[in-house]
Amino acid sequence: MAEANGTLDTFPKLLMHHARVRGDRPAIREKDLGIWQTWTWREFADEVRALACALAAQGLRRGGHVALVSDNRPRLYAAMCAVQCMGGVPVPLYQDAVAEEMVFPIQNAEIELAFAEDQEQVDKLLEILPRCPTLRRIYYDDARGLRHYKQPQLLAYDDLIAAGRGADPKSVDEEIARGTGADVAGMFFTSGTTAAPKGVVHTHSSLLAPARVAAEMENLGDSDVILAYLPPAWIGQNIFSCAQAFVTGYCICCPESPETVMTDMREIGPTYYFAPPRVLEALLTQVSIRMDDASALKRWMYRKFMGVANRVGGALIDGKPVGPLDRILYWIGDALVYGPLRNVLGMSRVRVGYTAGEAIGPDLFRFYRSIGINLKQLYGSTETAVFVCIQPNGQVRSDTVGPAVPGVELKFSAERELLIRSEGLFREYYKNPDATRTAKDAEGWFHTGDAGFFDADGHVKIIDRVKDVGKLADGTLFAPKYLENKLKFFPYVKEAVCFGHGREKVCAFINIDADALGNWAEKRNMPYSGYTDLASRDEVYDLVRGCVEQVNADLAGEPEIANSQIHRFLILHKELEADDGELTRTRKVRRGFIAEKYQPLLDALYSNASTVHVSAQVRYEDGRTGTYAADLKIRDAKTFAPTAAELRRAA
Amino acid sequence: MILTVESVSLAFGGVRALQEVSFDVKEHEIRAIIGPNGAGKSSMLNVLNGVYHPQEGRIKFRDKVFEDMDPHEAAVMGIARTFQNIALFKGMSVLDNIMTGRNLRMRCSVLQQALWLGPAKREELEHRRAAEQIIDFLEIQHIRKTPVGRLPYGLQKRVELGRALAAEPALLLLDEPMAGMNLEEKQDMCRFVLDVNAQFGTTIVLIEHDMGVVMDISDRVVVLDYGRKIADGTPDEVRRDQKVIDAYLGVTH
Repeated sequence: MAEANGTLDTFPKLLMHHARVRGDRPAIREKDLGIWQTWTWREFADEVRALACALAAQGLRRGGHVALVSDNRPRLYAAMCAVQCMGGVPVPLYQDAVAEEMVFPIQNAEIELAFAEDQEQVDKLLEILPRCPTLRRIYYDDARGLRHYKQPQLLAYDDLIAAGRGADPKSVDEEIARGTGADVAGMFFTSGTTAAPKGVVHTHSSLLAPARVAAEMENLGDSDVILAYLPPAWIGQNIFSCAQAFVTGYCICCPESPETVMTDMREIGPTYYFAPPRVLEALLTQVSIRMDDASALKRWMYRKFMGVANRVGGALIDGKPVGPLDRILYWIGDALVYGPLRNVLGMSRVRVGYTAGEAIGPDLFRFYRSIGINLKQLYGSTETAVFVCIQPNGQVRSDTVGPAVPGVELKFSAERELLIRSEGLFREYYKNPDATRTAKDAEGWFHTGDAGFFDADGHVKIIDRVKDVGKLADGTLFAPKYLENKLKFFPYVKEAVCFGHGREKVCAFINIDADALGNWAEKRNMPYSGYTDLASRDEVYDLVRGCVEQVNADLAGEPEIANSQIHRFLILHKELEADDGELTRTRKVRRGFIAEKYQPLLDALYSNASTVHVSAQVRYEDGRTGTYAADLKIRDAKTFAPTAAELRRAA
Repeated sequence: MILTVESVSLAFGGVRALQEVSFDVKEHEIRAIIGPNGAGKSSMLNVLNGVYHPQEGRIKFRDKVFEDMDPHEAAVMGIARTFQNIALFKGMSVLDNIMTGRNLRMRCSVLQQALWLGPAKREELEHRRAAEQIIDFLEIQHIRKTPVGRLPYGLQKRVELGRALAAEPALLLLDEPMAGMNLEEKQDMCRFVLDVNAQFGTTIVLIEHDMGVVMDISDRVVVLDYGRKIADGTPDEVRRDQKVIDAYLGVTH
């Protein structure tokens, strides 16, 4: 590792190192025409070298920005590294962003060259080309549908690399040698929840240092395998599928298509896994739905043994003492239920699994751990190159994110804001010194904007964003995300948006989960035409009211926030969508935007009305807009007297 | 010209389904046949495919005149088709359904295939590869192993297109490929039809009820009404044609 910390300080140097040391080991895999195809580290390095030659001939200069708009593909990773070889800066953009959202990053970063996966991405880039005068070349991977495109900016990846294959790679090697850890390695645009997106600039060392520490902590090696299925523009994807792979030499697998991820998981059997809570939740929902349809015997077995797993599974994985009878029961359960279940989920070989990004429901978290998957929480952000806190093995809990990773300093400000100082901190926000100064103070502390505290064991507990923690009119603490998460832990609630800051009571918008409720409706022989129809049913309202009231009952037991119980709610007529700006690309609710967009609905919630008329512009996936009109029902939910508080006061 | 239809007439007893219909299809074009219900569109397609034999007229495919051709011969000559009401094997997987489209290209005997001998293995690999390319092309990787009966309608239509493509036809006949689809599915299907035409150079004759779709994607359009051809030309010409407007919107008598 001495060498690794000394001279191997950039991505390209690491790549060439692996090509020498483990040239025949798999570096990256992709399923093509139904068969997994492997690039070894040597092949990967050859591809990158040739591509780097070609890019140099295309006029890529040191420090030049190159956009990449693609799903996870070997060629995407090759292009990223080729850009880094020549001292350029890869700027991955979200591949499901609409064209409009790409304008800012491309203008801001003065992108000259862009890699696009296919016709869809090329179309988006061509659409915004008039507003992005710096963009002079678009390289496309999949030529399908592009045959008749005559734009002079377009060049096929195959043609590009062909030009590089003949060239002498010596100049590339020289450029690689010139690079240092302090050079910029990548730029990641934040999702822009509140303001215009910001380009977070990371150097080679700020990406590689945390990746190295975490890899050592988890003992990752070149025999590990990961499935790269999250958007490459998200820094976590870069850390897990690039930085850590480059540090340890493990194999990255690219799914065939976004729809085949489940099948690909089963075929690949990753040993290292990351999933945000929403993915884990979707998987569990699928399992539950399939179990509901299983035979009576299987349902009985599942119920019986999940009970056992719930009781002792967590203790077993934490290495805590468990009685011999329970051990035997768990062992039988493992053979009959947990093992097959892990196999179906494609997690049979998972050694280390992480989840992060938002609060995870305790039941959801326990489910995965109890069936023997070592799922842990971590905390981090784009600015910190992910790893800030990781739960070490044996110290895993659902309500904290663990202690600081070695090399990371943490403290909380007076406003309960979490501050961080580490090697992994970003260099700056691109061309935004004001924002950089606000986020990173003179002493180098990064202000996360997250509110929380250390618990008794020194684990960090995050409750909400500092700016979102508000107060009701009577002064009660109002943590909207905390309430929304409680609601979302019910399988029937997909999204919730709570309002209450500066008001006398809390009200909520609800999005139902169409999959879970669809199945529920089917069981009751309740025909419905679609999401909107289902969302307006009285039966559904009753079900959701049950969920809301249960949350209220829970809250009644927490004295500080007992008054923030939810008094009224409505079920929205449409699902909240990132395309409509209601969610961020990482699917977090944009509360302020939603409040503004649905102002009449919000007003109705705070009046005595029992219905509200809504007529809304909806944007279809193809970009056209239409209008939708209906009456939405508003329901009251029972609230509970703050029992615990009263008892305490009485005592 | 890949196909020429010369004054074809078809009658079922007293019902005259087609009367002296003539048109031609150029190589690589997308040719639409449209018309109101009962205009004779499907009958026309069935004639081209060798299902019906016209009483009068002549059909030439690549300078070869049809002589009492049956659908099997049509397939051998390179004419593939899809059906209005989907004719897939519901219990078989998507992959197997597409493989059936390669049927005519398989040469090995049952015995060879059963023993999995050298040539049979090579052949199967080659056909599987072709099938996988179609799966990739139609973006249906995620349902490769799913039984067709469990798929939604729009996807079944896509699989059916896949099976027709598996035969690597020179002429592809599509019978209402967009029928019963929602807008998004229709747009997907349009894209696939255009892509097939561009990528494989396949000549396409399609019947469609939905005027909008047809006008967008076809090079030339034939309009039938009560078994007669009432117009023929580019989408713009046809759209402006008074007889077409009358046939679609009705005229006051």
